[in-house]
Amino acid sequence: MSNFFQHVVIGLSSGGIYASLALALVLVYRATRVINFAQGEMAMFCTFIAWSLLDRGLPYWGAFFATLAIAFAGGVALERVVIRPLEGGPTLTIVMVTIGLLIGLNGAAFWIWGGEPKSFPSAFSTRTVHVGGVVFSVQDAGTIAVTLGAVVLLWLFFRYTKLGLAMRASAVNPEESRLVGVRVGWMLAFGWGLAAVLGAVSGMLAAPSLFLDPNLMRPVIIYAFAAAVLGGLDSPVGAVVGGLLLGVGLELLTTYVDALAGLQLPVALAIIVAVLLVRPAGLLGRPAVSRV
Amino acid sequence: MIGFALRALLFVGALALAAFLPTWLSTFRTYEFAYVGIYFIAILGLNILTGYTGQISLGQGAFMALGGYTTAILMADHGVKDVWTLPLAGLAAGVAGYLFGIPALRLRGPYLALATFAIAVSLPTLLLYDKLDRLTHGEEGINLFGIPESTASITPLRVLGHDLPFEKWIYYLTWTIAAALFLAAWLLLRGRTGRSFRAVRDSEVAAAVSGVHPAAYKTLAFGISAFYAGVAGGLYAMATTFVNPGTFPVALSLTLLVGAVASGLGSLWGLLAGAFLVEYLPTLAGKVSSQPGVASVVYGGILIALVVLLPDGAAGGLRRLARPLTSGRVFRS
Repeated sequence: MSNFFQHVVIGLSSGGIYASLALALVLVYRATRVINFAQGEMAMFCTFIAWSLLDRGLPYWGAFFATLAIAFAGGVALERVVIRPLEGGPTLTIVMVTIGLLIGLNGAAFWIWGGEPKSFPSAFSTRTVHVGGVVFSVQDAGTIAVTLGAVVLLWLFFRYTKLGLAMRASAVNPEESRLVGVRVGWMLAFGWGLAAVLGAVSGMLAAPSLFLDPNLMRPVIIYAFAAAVLGGLDSPVGAVVGGLLLGVGLELLTTYVDALAGLQLPVALAIIVAVLLVRPAGLLGRPAVSRV
Repeated sequence: MIGFALRALLFVGALALAAFLPTWLSTFRTYEFAYVGIYFIAILGLNILTGYTGQISLGQGAFMALGGYTTAILMADHGVKDVWTLPLAGLAAGVAGYLFGIPALRLRGPYLALATFAIAVSLPTLLLYDKLDRLTHGEEGINLFGIPESTASITPLRVLGHDLPFEKWIYYLTWTIAAALFLAAWLLLRGRTGRSFRAVRDSEVAAAVSGVHPAAYKTLAFGISAFYAGVAGGLYAMATTFVNPGTFPVALSLTLLVGAVASGLGSLWGLLAGAFLVEYLPTLAGKVSSQPGVASVVYGGILIALVVLLPDGAAGGLRRLARPLTSGRVFRS
């Protein structure tokens, strides 16, 4: 039984990583109705920036927060330069542009940092702790704590600040927000910035155990897609719940069902398809109603 | 207005040109042009799915992989001669595509892109799955070189007293099939089916009101598109004489959609341009610098620029260039 809880903790720890990237996807989707295929590569790129800063001798948390600031600026810039001109364009065009970003950022990382895997330090030690028969590492607990911390901060920001309120308003009703003086364009760009920050967090949490290379986030982005779809693409709480559920679910399924070992990605795909079939709005999303 | 006769003449002219092209081309170029034909077939299918019914697919490469593996397994493990595996490769992928089309009915726009992207990413791990090892041979893949009697890659074919080397054989085979499949698509799309596809794309409700069953046509389009991908995948396996999980990477699925979108989703000439783009854009991007990664940066940059500057693709760009010359006409073809 303690074995079971141990797997739950491991699952929660990887689930936290999926949750933060899924949350990034949801923020972008809410702000601009775009599914950002490049979100994972943006996260990977930010993680490389953090690696470079650490390499220059910055202390871990200094590099961590500097990277978040760079990520925010980068996310805002991407929205302004690449996405904004296509606002209201056909889905296909926007999908193609984010795929262009995916390919370009991946190449840029190869170009700047090379393809060989680098080890990325963790903020937390891999020392193990025993709690009631369950053994888990400080790193697992730290990953969960950082994810939850980020989510709580984000919730506080959206709930209690004027800027947060303006951002929510622009996502829900851009026309009327504009009428009451919200600068909707900038709010959407901030949404992209915040998403980039969350992506960077997930990248920096994933890198210590997966090793840092330009394809770091390829599998993670699929899990994040699955988590976001599971929770509902327009529900931030759903993304977090979905991420954690997916992390634990995948860990338990691939541990206890022998036939599924090594099939994490196809299982995630099956979850995406199943959720979209049974409950397209996700667990916590609101079904979309459209007037014809 | 370009008349039907002129169009038919252009088509026949293009066929004749394609027939004589290998006599002037080097072995390497012939080989490359065979790949262009393979991509042309895959994009032709994608055009039916994305262009006509408006369903975005980032998983065309995965259906090519299904076809490629069907061909490889039939040839290597069952001794079927290469050409005869192609209909089965198409069928295997087509059935899989049709079945995937059923859940895909629930998915719209970006959601479908997402689900098909997940197919493309997860397929390689499925090919590596150890319970399927006897079929797929895992990481090693399947080599088609070991069976000279069922492939032309070792023993050149003799046609009308001439030895046909492998690259010419694969070139002619690919382009013959491409022409046949193009004609089939043209016949399918110009009539009732094509109209129904477009009706479903433009408004499902309006289509249903007019007596077109949206679900039936959307799944049909998925099946046909995957059939084309399967045939292309079978040819791809024959041309590379080898398949493993790395033969059909995610990047292939992405570039195929890039090619289809760049073609402007529609005209034959656009699709040809798209197929050439899929084959040559990576090479051209690689010429910029030999440093790893630069090619992808250039590629991604060109892709974004292309979509932003040419929103209706190569065909639309040509049309716009030609507009000052043809603006006098009243009716559009």
